[in-house]
Amino acid sequence: MTDLHDSTVAELAARLALKEVSAVELARHFLQRAAAHDALGAYLSIDEEVTLQQARRADEALAAGGVGGVPALCGVPIAHKDIFVTRDFPTTAGSRMLEGYRSPFDATAVSNLAKAGVVTLGKLNCDEFAMGSSNENSAFRRVLNPWDHARIPGGSSGGSAVAVAARLAPAATGTDTGGSIRQPASFCGITGIKPTYGRASRYGMVAFASSLDQAGPMARTAEDCAMLLSALCGPDPDRDSTSLDVPAEDFTRSLSGSLEGLRIGIPREFFGEGLAADVRTAIDAALKEYEKLGAKLVGISLPRTELSIPVYYIIAPAEASSNLSRFDGVKFGHRAKQHGDLLDMYRKTRAEGFGDEVKRRIMIGTYVLSHGYYDAYYLQAQKVRRMIADDFQQAFRQCDVIAGPVAPTVAWKIGEKSADPVANYLADIFTLPGSLAGLPGMSVPCGFGEGGMPVGLQLMGNYFAEGRLLNVAHRFQQATDFHARKPQGMRAAP
Amino acid sequence: MTGKLIQGYEVVIGFETHTQLSTRSKIFSRSPTAFGAEPNTQASPVDLALPGTLPVMNRGAVERAIEFGLAVNARIAPRSIFARKNYFYPDLPKGYQISQYEIPVVQGGVVEFFLESGKGADVTREKKSVRLVRAHLEEDAGKSLHEDFVGRSGIDLNRAGTPLLEIVTEPDMRSSDEAVAYAKELHKIVTWIGICDGNMQEGSFRCDANVSVRKPGAPLGTRREIKNLNSFKFMQQAIDFEVRWQIEEIEDGRPIQQATVLFDPDTGETRAMRTKEDAADYRYFPDPDLPPLVVAPEWVEQVRSHMAELPRVMAARFVKDYALPEYDATTLTQSKAMAAYFEAAAKASGQPKMASNWIMGELSRRLNAGDIAIDAAPVGPDKLATLIGRIADGTISNNAARQVFDALWGAEGSEVDAIIEAQGLRQMNDTGALEKIIDEVIAANPDNVAQFKAGKDKAFNALIGQAMKASKGKANPTQVNDLLRRKLGQ
Repeated sequence: MTDLHDSTVAELAARLALKEVSAVELARHFLQRAAAHDALGAYLSIDEEVTLQQARRADEALAAGGVGGVPALCGVPIAHKDIFVTRDFPTTAGSRMLEGYRSPFDATAVSNLAKAGVVTLGKLNCDEFAMGSSNENSAFRRVLNPWDHARIPGGSSGGSAVAVAARLAPAATGTDTGGSIRQPASFCGITGIKPTYGRASRYGMVAFASSLDQAGPMARTAEDCAMLLSALCGPDPDRDSTSLDVPAEDFTRSLSGSLEGLRIGIPREFFGEGLAADVRTAIDAALKEYEKLGAKLVGISLPRTELSIPVYYIIAPAEASSNLSRFDGVKFGHRAKQHGDLLDMYRKTRAEGFGDEVKRRIMIGTYVLSHGYYDAYYLQAQKVRRMIADDFQQAFRQCDVIAGPVAPTVAWKIGEKSADPVANYLADIFTLPGSLAGLPGMSVPCGFGEGGMPVGLQLMGNYFAEGRLLNVAHRFQQATDFHARKPQGMRAAP
Repeated sequence: MTGKLIQGYEVVIGFETHTQLSTRSKIFSRSPTAFGAEPNTQASPVDLALPGTLPVMNRGAVERAIEFGLAVNARIAPRSIFARKNYFYPDLPKGYQISQYEIPVVQGGVVEFFLESGKGADVTREKKSVRLVRAHLEEDAGKSLHEDFVGRSGIDLNRAGTPLLEIVTEPDMRSSDEAVAYAKELHKIVTWIGICDGNMQEGSFRCDANVSVRKPGAPLGTRREIKNLNSFKFMQQAIDFEVRWQIEEIEDGRPIQQATVLFDPDTGETRAMRTKEDAADYRYFPDPDLPPLVVAPEWVEQVRSHMAELPRVMAARFVKDYALPEYDATTLTQSKAMAAYFEAAAKASGQPKMASNWIMGELSRRLNAGDIAIDAAPVGPDKLATLIGRIADGTISNNAARQVFDALWGAEGSEVDAIIEAQGLRQMNDTGALEKIIDEVIAANPDNVAQFKAGKDKAFNALIGQAMKASKGKANPTQVNDLLRRKLGQ
């Protein structure tokens, strides 16, 4: 029998149902591992009592319900990105601004998963307000990539990716605005999916960019992602107006379909000069594997791929600058201790409470929405955004899914790009187009590059094609073992 | 449409009115909207802008906006957009207000009313219409409480998120009288259709007046906006003061600066709050949390089918069905209660014009004097109808009817016929008795008779007066007239 922490969510759910292991045992095991590997910086808050209480309740349900009569994920421990507000744990969004903040309600993603029976291990580190692609923007702790502690784990869901990769949690939630699930999943060698915009409720996600933010699961396998995503998604019309009226779906049912005749679109813009050779090699090998599985590769074009960077870095900061206005020291969160009049209170509170990257984006966003600049920046960006979405629709006439790299390189060294925000932004180039179009996207481990660092294959589907994407990922994982590899040193018992 | 000039200047006024919509819950949350609750007891996580909260549109607020649009013959936008108006203020929890900016739900429309000028017999009535630019949905802010907190301010977010419909006019008004008449008409419309309780003290109906002056034919002058006029009286005072002040400034060679001003009822003056230089850049942009508001034609029709008869439609019907003059019909449709009173009295008496005269005259005077609502009038429509019936059938004179009305007003439960009998107000319809009186009058006033025969009509009136006096007012004046003319050989 595999070690508990090497088991997948699917395996753990089965073992729980068969009473081979209890929810309390599992929770204890992962809490011990989290404590033992605290130096990775994955967790921001842990509350053993709360977790064990949830686990005891899960065990009671398991005892009472028997096989088949309990929710699918009953007793499976997971952890949440600290962007989701929770009643039982503090919520910081990785910011000093919300240090010590406790929400009076749970995010819909959190409550949906709780209904499916999960036990919460704690809250996971992330870039402040989900802004960043290296997790170096967390106000609290640096997060180390378990494959190489000198490297960044990716971001903004870096804590989530590390927790899963290092076996400190079987699975985690993440949020993806411009690649924040897919890129850290790629950098840490795990599987993650961002659903179609509107498929998962945004209620209870500390907002970064409202028109882009989506919740999604991060786990080791596509099958695990399918189980979690089935619980996570669903309409939430009374709490989120952008939540779509698409019924919840059991994505595990579509996992095993054949890939015979599948048309995989290969966007030539994703394979240009900017793509590192090591990543390209791994991606090419993965595509060959797909051909072996019966898929056909089709050359396609996403001509505005490069434009997605300026478009995203106008729209996301614009929305963020407004979304973050509520952090003003008046009602909740940080308030400057020493201040003069109201204006001074605002200034000092926000100067102290926000980190550099957040301030940078608030300033960019404020600028692009200002009178006289709005048309040239924001409005123009919205137009190009629609064109980018149209480009995808053109592409999906020729193919069923699109495949390419998640990021141009493997995870870089800590500090390597921290002095150069633009270099960070450019690294988002392959995840931004899908985000802007609101399409579902995945990262699937597909090999290793420079320094033995994991490489992720990005799969993108048309709206509501999550089931298809998970199927395409699952079949690949049936044929390969990249997703099962794990960082050195993580095998040792806690 | 040049109006009356003041010192050679034409006054130009446009209005922005915030009407609080009468929904039970807020525009984007499910918290109640009731007025006067303990601070912050009606504020949900959404109203407090807690992290992770999102707005969800209240359909009831949209329906009320549609009703208003239909009431003023406006276009209901099939697709309108909510935008964020960004600014920092402690009582604005999100740091932005959700409002409609570029594409509002109600577009165009017109408000029509009669403007009275002059007094008594010289009163003239002119029909006016003010064009509406738009009416848009938005949320209200909370309140900053500066009293009760030594050296600090309190914030009450009960009002935050209360649905408002902001109704914006073209600069079509040309005097403070016209502005007040517009505001009263608008107040009537929103309370009539029931989308707003109209309570001005509690801030349910707040007007901002944009005022400028110019020489006739000149381009529009620079305007100043008088904020938060919460009574019709202050509205008039504030605009009158503002107009005088602007004319003086211009006459003294000081150009008007665009500004927002407040009216101080204690001094009767307006004073500037902020000028254009400190105008904020609100960084409007479409709210990504709210999809476009789509109003399908079926929704509009559904709302229309549930709406009460609109005042202007009802007025047109009064003209058509009761042969009333347009002025009467408009006046009687000032409120639903008045219109209902009229219809009941008109139907019961079969004398719509007399009913209208009585309601607009004697009854209104009484109600105004006693500050009584028409549905609480001591004389109900049935009694008024009986009274009118007694005039119409010649039982009593108009003068006697007024006495009966007085008596009815003073003693609730009393009956028309009983009063007529008790006070002996029945007209003398007995021709014999009347002839006797007239004969006596002719005999007693030979001078008047002679003058009348010489062609002086005044002398005839004097004889009628004598006859009426001799009958103690009980004679039917028409009958007296007829008999007298006959006897004097006319």
